[in-house]
Amino acid sequence: MRRLIFRRLLQTLPLLFFVSIACFVMVKAAPGDPVLSFVTPNMHAEDIERIRHNLGLDKPAYVQYFLWLKECLTGNLGYSLINHKPVLDQILERLPATAGLMGAAIGLAVLIAIPLGLLAGANRSKLVDKLVNLLAYIGVSIPLFWLAILLMYFFSIKLHWLPSMGMRTIGMDSAFDVLLHGILPCSVLTIGFLAVYVRYIRSSTISQLKEDYVQIQYAFGSAKRTILFRHVLKHVLLPVITLLGMSMGDLVAGAIVTETVFSWPGIGSLGMTAVRGMDYPVIMGITLFSSVMLILGNLLADILYSFADPRIKTTR
Amino acid sequence: MSDHNILVDVRNLKKHFSKGTDLWGRSTEVLKAVDGVSFQIRKGETFGLVGESGSGKSTVGRCLIRLYDYTEGEVYFDGHDLSKLGDKQLKPFRRRIQTIFQDPYSSLNPGMNVLDLIGEPMNIHGLYKKEEERKEVVSALLEKVGLKREHLYRYPHEFSGGQRQRISIARALSVRPDFVVCDEPISALDVSVQAQVVNMLEDLQAEFGLTYLFIAHDLSMVRHISDRIGVMYGGRLVEVADSDELYDNPLHPYTKALLSAIPIPDPRAARERSAFKYDFEASGDKQHAELREVSPGHFVADH
Repeated sequence: MRRLIFRRLLQTLPLLFFVSIACFVMVKAAPGDPVLSFVTPNMHAEDIERIRHNLGLDKPAYVQYFLWLKECLTGNLGYSLINHKPVLDQILERLPATAGLMGAAIGLAVLIAIPLGLLAGANRSKLVDKLVNLLAYIGVSIPLFWLAILLMYFFSIKLHWLPSMGMRTIGMDSAFDVLLHGILPCSVLTIGFLAVYVRYIRSSTISQLKEDYVQIQYAFGSAKRTILFRHVLKHVLLPVITLLGMSMGDLVAGAIVTETVFSWPGIGSLGMTAVRGMDYPVIMGITLFSSVMLILGNLLADILYSFADPRIKTTR
Repeated sequence: MSDHNILVDVRNLKKHFSKGTDLWGRSTEVLKAVDGVSFQIRKGETFGLVGESGSGKSTVGRCLIRLYDYTEGEVYFDGHDLSKLGDKQLKPFRRRIQTIFQDPYSSLNPGMNVLDLIGEPMNIHGLYKKEEERKEVVSALLEKVGLKREHLYRYPHEFSGGQRQRISIARALSVRPDFVVCDEPISALDVSVQAQVVNMLEDLQAEFGLTYLFIAHDLSMVRHISDRIGVMYGGRLVEVADSDELYDNPLHPYTKALLSAIPIPDPRAARERSAFKYDFEASGDKQHAELREVSPGHFVADH
């Protein structure tokens, strides 16, 4: 087991390496010269060259890459071109807002999707199944920003039940206030995830129910509920682990649209601002950060998998 | 045929599957998987059911264990009509009738170890509730089917096909059944392992006084294990007889065709044999052909 984890960790290293190269190349290929952001009107050409030299931008690209990588490894993701704050600090500062929102949304989606998917799969082509399917299709196909605006219109503007923007009411500092602000964006995100998860869980329930080991439980006289929860559920949860692993990247940067619509001060809206202002170090930092999270999430999913499925445990 | 010795009595069993439904949910097309099958199985005997793929033999088996609700007909088990019972009333019979499926790779839940797998029917029927006692019983069963005590905490993927089928057999026997429906229990196994498993099934039958319905398409193996054999074709029985009688004196053309298809392990003889073909269409409309007793215990459909 320990060997498996160790080996998987080693395997992620080259992947991380490629991700860092991709990030670096992306920024290098982007239009614009970062030096220009330091230039003031009364500067001489020599001054500009000096800045270029000080920033290390006169060195060949591969040297720049390794210098950048070295800085990254020591935790320095560079500085924003706009407000000159360290990128990592900005990300970490906004991480709780995004992680809280996404964590709640993903958690809720899973908690709702499992019973709903099981119910639909176990009653295939019956009314429940058709309803669940219909809702899932709607959830997948409507654009989330539209849904966000619609919810905002009804619950904030028409009904005045919930705040429409931001994370806190100015001057208030209570968890309840944050919770209240979170309800709308969280619902939008939950619906998005839920629709996908339900489809997965439903189809894996259907395929598990067809297996002989389930059929034979009927022959033994097991009640349908026992079969579902004792035999099928465990195998249905396996793809959910994978889904959760893949959601780890979303956890930090998956809510760009929703966060922007609701002005939620998370990494998503940070990224949106960075894109608008062509703030490459921030874009790069967010990309790198969410890639690392995605890779770690998949690693975690693999490890969890081997606990959940005995068939994987012994295959070394 | 008499009476108290009969454990399973199948009367005019029909199972129709609907292939599609129209707007109102009515069946548009019907597949008659089993179309009027009657036979009896006596206590302690092995009744073999043979026939080609799609002849409905597995469907008969699945109807007997009530995995399917049949369209028509009755199945009497030990004098009780199973067709009319609901889930609750059926439960004691679910203990007495056990089953072994064909595919040992898919019939064992990959997430459970051997102890849990074999203990599951006990769970359902509330037997051997104490943990120590159950472990003891399961270990004894494992040894009965030629596995070892050490295997208790292993998972199905760690076993070979033959070993897995032994686990399935141990599981079927765990609740002391009277009747076991063996749905092609050896078809998925290597030939060398088939013989071992069949012999083991015979030993267990003698020891526990079991009655088997043995569904197969391997004719030589069926002859070996069965006392009587029914030949199925197109959802109906075409011939029922004692196994030696059936093999030595087949009367229905389909039985003859089936027997002629048994491989002969001798190249010279094999070259000379001629395999019959049986053409159902050409045999005319025998939809309602009745089984007639041509000699004691030998029934044949009109042909």
